[in-house]
Amino acid sequence: MIIEQAPALIVVVSLMSAIATPLIGWLRKDLCYLWVILSLLFTTFCSVLVLNTVIHQGTIHYYLGSWLPPWGIEYVVDHLNAMMLVLITGASLLVAIYSRKSLEIELPDRTIYFYTLFLLQVTGFVGIVITGDVFNLYVFLEIASLSGYALIATGEEGAPLAAFRYLILGTVGACFYLLGVGYLYMVTGSLNMADLADILPRLYESKVILVAFAFFMVGIALKMALFPLHLWLPDAYTKAPSVASALIAPLMTKIAVYIMLRIMFTVFRPNFSMALLPVTQILLYAGVIAIFVGAVMALAQRDFKRMLCYVVIAEVGYMAGGVGIANAVAIKGAILHIMNDVVMTLGLFAVAGILAYKMKDHEIGAFKNIFKTMPFTMAAFLVVALSVIGVPPTCGFFSKWYLIQGSVMAGNWIFVVALLFSSLINIVLFFRIIETGYYDFGTSESGHAHEEGSAVNEAPLSMLIPTIAVAVVIILIGLYNQSIITNIINFAVPKI
Amino acid sequence: MDFIIAKYNYWIYIILMMIGFYAMIAKTNLIKKIIGMNIFQTAIILFFVSMAYKKGGATLPILTNADMHGEHAIQVAGYLNPLPHVLMLTAIVVSIATLGVALAIAIMMYRKYHTLEEDEILKAIK
Repeated sequence: MIIEQAPALIVVVSLMSAIATPLIGWLRKDLCYLWVILSLLFTTFCSVLVLNTVIHQGTIHYYLGSWLPPWGIEYVVDHLNAMMLVLITGASLLVAIYSRKSLEIELPDRTIYFYTLFLLQVTGFVGIVITGDVFNLYVFLEIASLSGYALIATGEEGAPLAAFRYLILGTVGACFYLLGVGYLYMVTGSLNMADLADILPRLYESKVILVAFAFFMVGIALKMALFPLHLWLPDAYTKAPSVASALIAPLMTKIAVYIMLRIMFTVFRPNFSMALLPVTQILLYAGVIAIFVGAVMALAQRDFKRMLCYVVIAEVGYMAGGVGIANAVAIKGAILHIMNDVVMTLGLFAVAGILAYKMKDHEIGAFKNIFKTMPFTMAAFLVVALSVIGVPPTCGFFSKWYLIQGSVMAGNWIFVVALLFSSLINIVLFFRIIETGYYDFGTSESGHAHEEGSAVNEAPLSMLIPTIAVAVVIILIGLYNQSIITNIINFAVPKI
Repeated sequence: MDFIIAKYNYWIYIILMMIGFYAMIAKTNLIKKIIGMNIFQTAIILFFVSMAYKKGGATLPILTNADMHGEHAIQVAGYLNPLPHVLMLTAIVVSIATLGVALAIAIMMYRKYHTLEEDEILKAIK
């Protein structure tokens, strides 16, 4: 019974528990934390069930209210979105466990509403991923974005302005997506993705379809923070509360990449997206420039969180470039990188949150002695950093490997150069943190400061355990990447 | 000229959208930006609604003779397509929610910095 209804339960349970959160907080404030964890545990359980069913029995179709597809709204879960569901629910469960201590310091009097928005955000995310209806996707996209703006606006000094700018640009992005839906509906009379995929090939020459596709791509690129449209991202994610950026930064951009894959390869056929328009070329070069700009800008930052934001922008470039290379190996790499990047970015922002909790600051210069005072956190950080750089046993290596392999096969050397350049810059970036945190040149002249700083002062367990779990997952994905690829990702790669 | 007059509602949608877009980009006052955003979203509503319209006296799809001996149950040309209107009900709700969040953030900033000009707020932050 629960298996049959699992796709709907994932969305319904997170939405309903979001609505119930203020009521529970009204009864007792500290119950909220348990309630959020409980509901996310349930949705994570459901998504693992769904993933299991998809691996063994193939794509799941769930008809809401038993209305059949072209008219009713349909949830479709195939390998790609089953993977995304597990990533989203798992990541948000970890962030929820992590959230308690950080919120006590950063937003002590607004915890209840924070958790409400948190669950609404998760509802938006899973809804975007699970739905098989283009308009329904827009609604969920707006649910996710609106709760995201509100979460970001609760941050430190300057956060409201960052959130406001994100809101303006995000609304333009979502409206462009809606216009795309409108133009498609105009010529096909359908909103269902599978139905559109059947009707559209006869209309590929139509100008309306081209306009629709262009609106889709620009709108999604805005949400994805692809290079020329990335300007909202650094401010918004730097100034958001630590927990909010640990939730939004790993998921929002990756989900936008997912939407792009859906539009390009499910709603439109690969031969349209790749042959009829130069869109893959544009994606490729935007990706390459994003990697260079992200890497160089990250190098120029003195604020740890802001540096991570530019790392995220570069990582978006990896995925856009991988799709832009447009052969099966590179797209496989891009999809694997969606998975890895969710985990890696979560790890990075979790560490940033712990450092902000302990140091009350996210300037790199403030991170003196952190390796001695927080050995476990920094061990986790090292694993994540190695993965972002792309060192073999960690997962980051494998997706980069496929991306490089794919671009070599396509004979595209610029992307290879960009990927290697970005790896080099990442080494420098993370070595800077290690240098400040481990080799303590600055305080050696005043010996007493050195001594009082070197006692172990580890982060609270509720923050430490999720962070270490992320590090473990990174290594596990690395070790089991072969079976992940044969069981899940090979099915998600479009047939080209 | 015919091209413009025959499809005037679409031209109005484009003009409205560009007005909104201009306000969002060029104005520094936050409230003006919000108004621009709202015009932008309203233009899309106009677009969807004109998409559903048919010339020649088509009306609402209330079927009075659907069961009459199975002949001519529905004459599509006589009815407007109701779906875009329904979609726009959702889009209106979304745009109101966006407007609410935007105004709330603007109020937050006004309370803190006592101004709604973006450049003055930027100066106050630094």
